[in-house]
Amino acid sequence: MRTPFTLRFLAAMPRSGWIAMGCFAAVTLLLMPALHLFVPESSPFHVSNYAITLGGKIMCYAIVAVAMDLVWGYAGILSLGHGVFFALGGYAFGMYLMREIGTDGSYHSHLPDFMVFLDWKELPWYWAGSDSILWAMILVLAVPAVVAYVFGYFAFRSRIKGVYFSIITQALTFAAMLLFFRNETGFGGNNGFTDFKRILGHDITSPEMRATLFALSALVLMLTLLAGRYLAMSKFGRVLAAIRDAESRVMFIGYNPLHYKLFIWTVSAMLCGIAGALYVPQVGIINPGEMSPANSIEIAIWVAVGGRGTLIGPVIGAGLVNAFKSYFTVAFPEYWLFFLGALFVGVTLWLPEGVVGLWKRIRARVAA
Amino acid sequence: MSMKPIDNDTDNRDGEDGAQVVGHILQPGVDISHKVILYLEEISVSFDGFKALNNLSLAIDAGELRCIIGPNGAGKTTMMDVITGKTRPDSGTCFFGQTLDLTRMTEPEIAHAGIGRKFQKPTIFENHTVFENLELAMKTDKRAWTSLFAWLSQEGRDRIADTLKQIRLDREADRLAGLLSHGQKQWLEIGMLLMQEPQLLLLDEPVAGMTDDETERTGELFKSLAGKHSLVVVEHDMAFIEQLGGKVTVLHEGSVLAEGNLATVQADPRVIEVYLGR
Amino acid sequence: MTDIGPTMKRLLLTLLMLFLPASNAFAALDPALVRQLAAEESDDKIAAIHQLGASADADAAKVLKAMADDELLVAGEAVFLFDGERAVDAASGAAIEPAPETYESITVNNRVRSELSNALAALKLYDADRGVRLAAVTELQSNAGIGMVPVLAAALAKETDAEIRALLKQAHAQANLANPDVAARLAAVESLAESTSPATRGLLLPLLETANEPDAKVRKAAAQAVEAIEARLAFGEILGQVFSGLSLGSILLLAALGLAITYGVMGVINMAHGELLMVGAYATYFMQTMFRAYLPQYVDWYLLAAIPVAFLAAALVGMLLERTVIRRLYGRPLETLLATWGLSLILIQAARMLFGAQNVEVANPVWMSGGVEVMAGMVLPWNRVVIIGFTLFVLALMWVLMQKTRLGLFVRAVTQNRPMAGCVGVPTARVDTLAFGLGAGIAGLGGVALSQIANVGPDMGQGYIVDSFLVVVLGGVGQLAGAVWAALGLGVVTKFLEGWSGAVIAKIVVLVIVIVFIQKRPQGLFALKGRFVDN
Repeated sequence: MRTPFTLRFLAAMPRSGWIAMGCFAAVTLLLMPALHLFVPESSPFHVSNYAITLGGKIMCYAIVAVAMDLVWGYAGILSLGHGVFFALGGYAFGMYLMREIGTDGSYHSHLPDFMVFLDWKELPWYWAGSDSILWAMILVLAVPAVVAYVFGYFAFRSRIKGVYFSIITQALTFAAMLLFFRNETGFGGNNGFTDFKRILGHDITSPEMRATLFALSALVLMLTLLAGRYLAMSKFGRVLAAIRDAESRVMFIGYNPLHYKLFIWTVSAMLCGIAGALYVPQVGIINPGEMSPANSIEIAIWVAVGGRGTLIGPVIGAGLVNAFKSYFTVAFPEYWLFFLGALFVGVTLWLPEGVVGLWKRIRARVAA
Repeated sequence: MSMKPIDNDTDNRDGEDGAQVVGHILQPGVDISHKVILYLEEISVSFDGFKALNNLSLAIDAGELRCIIGPNGAGKTTMMDVITGKTRPDSGTCFFGQTLDLTRMTEPEIAHAGIGRKFQKPTIFENHTVFENLELAMKTDKRAWTSLFAWLSQEGRDRIADTLKQIRLDREADRLAGLLSHGQKQWLEIGMLLMQEPQLLLLDEPVAGMTDDETERTGELFKSLAGKHSLVVVEHDMAFIEQLGGKVTVLHEGSVLAEGNLATVQADPRVIEVYLGR
Repeated sequence: MTDIGPTMKRLLLTLLMLFLPASNAFAALDPALVRQLAAEESDDKIAAIHQLGASADADAAKVLKAMADDELLVAGEAVFLFDGERAVDAASGAAIEPAPETYESITVNNRVRSELSNALAALKLYDADRGVRLAAVTELQSNAGIGMVPVLAAALAKETDAEIRALLKQAHAQANLANPDVAARLAAVESLAESTSPATRGLLLPLLETANEPDAKVRKAAAQAVEAIEARLAFGEILGQVFSGLSLGSILLLAALGLAITYGVMGVINMAHGELLMVGAYATYFMQTMFRAYLPQYVDWYLLAAIPVAFLAAALVGMLLERTVIRRLYGRPLETLLATWGLSLILIQAARMLFGAQNVEVANPVWMSGGVEVMAGMVLPWNRVVIIGFTLFVLALMWVLMQKTRLGLFVRAVTQNRPMAGCVGVPTARVDTLAFGLGAGIAGLGGVALSQIANVGPDMGQGYIVDSFLVVVLGGVGQLAGAVWAALGLGVVTKFLEGWSGAVIAKIVVLVIVIVFIQKRPQGLFALKGRFVDN
């Protein structure tokens, strides 16, 4: 007898997990947007612009962290280039946002300002269709997916593993950054895209839009977690973990690791692309800096802090590190790098399983 | 034993040179009886000038239990590497049955075709339970997409339960494999091989680290498998080989030195020289 | 008819001069000739200058020099110059008593002046000193006219030095380009075809036009000559790119050598390696500051003092990192990667707080500025030459260390088989620390080199980390020879691509090449092959 798929999906998570998910959904989809929209600013319960944007931003980071954990925690592939997929998603959606500006730019041209500045007369071919949000959404998924698939295919096929793979991904994001820094690439060079005005005709800075984007980020994060949970519990997830632990054994019992790695790698890149697309309208800018190797490697530390190989860990990690960062870079800007550096060292030395691992250890000790 | 046509699903077809998996290259002048399951002909492999295999020719009959012995560096492990696709020979051919050219297939393809291998050092998935180890090894559609939606059937559960009993790990089913004793790990790996339902089993020092009792039981298991499966056992333990009682091949410096039953090869002066001389 | 005049004159003059050198050499200066220097017509002046110039006479040189300096004077019929207070007749050298009251200097227009300097140079062609001759012929290269032909021919006949002969020959050929005789022009063109200078190409180019060169044979020869020169020029350009590629490669090599040790021996990917370069560069800056403050007279030699200091500073930092952090992460390469990245952030921030966020200025010592010209249009800057030499030195040092010392033996043993090395009594832990220190120290030396050609700032190391990993990956882990070839190869390929497509595209293409290469040879250029590779 085959168990129906829906049942299997429900079984992928214990009841407490579903309850927690429900609470999270209530807070992020209803409570926070409502507090932002309907509670007057004078009230202590009002959620400010800053807070809701920061929250949305961190949830985007959390999506990236979960995506990273799928490849690192489960498949043992440490990517130091995930920032490139995030940025590609951001740029893909940014193209739409630039077109939505219409003729309201500084030069009142139908072309984006930076193109006028470069004295371009028409849109390059790859901007075709970028005025359609539907096409933008397709690009958000397709561009990171294609880049990841092609790169992954060649890398995994030649069985590049471990630190070699990490270094090559770092080179990938570095190369992409250089490419996007060029004005001739057609994505605004140094400055990237900014000064967005609206999405589907609605003002991008309006409270309603902020609340919507916030809720959308939360929704995607939850879906990502669910999909991740399902993947982790499925036979696919067990094969992935087996590849992580003993790849040659996996091959000798008849699995082709290439396809497994390639699938999870591409899915992870697409998740990053979605996160990037949600991130850009909330922070209002995307530039090649997002592709710097330092950014990508920071994603790894979110996952490490939270605890890799778990799904909630990366979310916690992304939240903790970024909340800290927001505070630190304002309060003690000159010490932030010390702190971040120490975090990298400290977590790898003393918290190999992250916060989640620590929590588990404490609970075990209390129980004993 | 019949040579079923092997289904090559498209998924497993990216051999390094994109070669078709099924070839019909029959070597002229070589007598291939339908009973032969594995045929190595003039295989040579060298690493930086060191000849690990030197014109090695060897045939394994279907259902046979063959023991391979030889001093260190004789090429036993390299031979297994060649058969399972881990190492590509510099020259020579390696056929599985009469149609499958193993030198042109990848490791998963070879495994899929029906060759199982046990490593010298037990390699199991230490972070999976014993049950999961067997589940992963079980013969089934092993493509990535299928795995996403795969669900273990009752039939599969029964098979795993049977194998668990066979390898005497039924009480450890839910333990992490990494926590097993060395002998148990060896058994688990053998169990994983059985789950694959291979036609040919390659076993590299399967009883190393086992107690005498465990060794004897392993021997019985192998003997019971012979006939239905073909087995190639690499061992140093002469008592174990004697217990298995099959044909023995002695490898030396990458090629076959002697072949026959254990008593014959042990009496062969060249074998004695290789083991005792110099 | 009017335009025939100058041509005829020139022809006559040339014919005249073909005979003159022999008849006039070593004679005392001809008063008529000297007098002619003061003639009305520039052409007459020039004819006289040529004759005097061909005389190879020291007195002639004196007179011409005076003329060039506007000190050759005319009073009525007398042509004279002042020797101190004394007025001296230019031709005889006899004193003129009393010195004329009124006189004027001979007018020297630009055309005459250029002929004068040629003639002066021509006279120097007979100087006993090789250096003077070389300088003279070099000067003649740029503006040898038809008038110089006999002078150059004479000098050529006498000259024995090969280098000067070659230059003379070229000048002679250049001068002959205007020769009315077709055979002479043809010979000249053919001889010029051996040149390597863009200027010669410029001289030959007009000859391709029928308007400038009536003879078809000469035109053809000129076309061939231009082609030959262009090929040689292209070759020179390639050489130039190879050189800058090698100098980039040697920087990469210095950065990667240390990495090759740490990764090769310990399997440790040290993301803070770039920051060890930075430590070396700041150590150089520190030594420069010290020398400026306390030993200003030796400031040019601060760099030599910086070498050991940078090595020690980086080695100490490296050993400290190894002892405190990296040691605890052996066998966990991915975690090591993250932890060392953290260390690099800390080092960067520390440098910012100690030395400021801005780049600091590290000056080239005087002996490293300028360059050496190896061929026309190709100057090799000294600092780059020195860096290549320095890299060779470091390489040799490392080879000696690894092959000839006990530490090297231990390091190689640990690289090949750590447990076995431990079993036979190699103190693996100490070897690790020392090897790490050595790798870090070499990165420090790389920092010294880098400080001479790049900005020194807290972030400087970041740019090199990806490149140096590419070198290590490309070269094959733990392979010194591989690292050398990979570094130089990457450097040269990068420079060629840069010349062809710009820096950014070059970088991207190089990355793609490396990725494709690793497809083919996952173990690098110099792969260890065998059954232990996977484990």
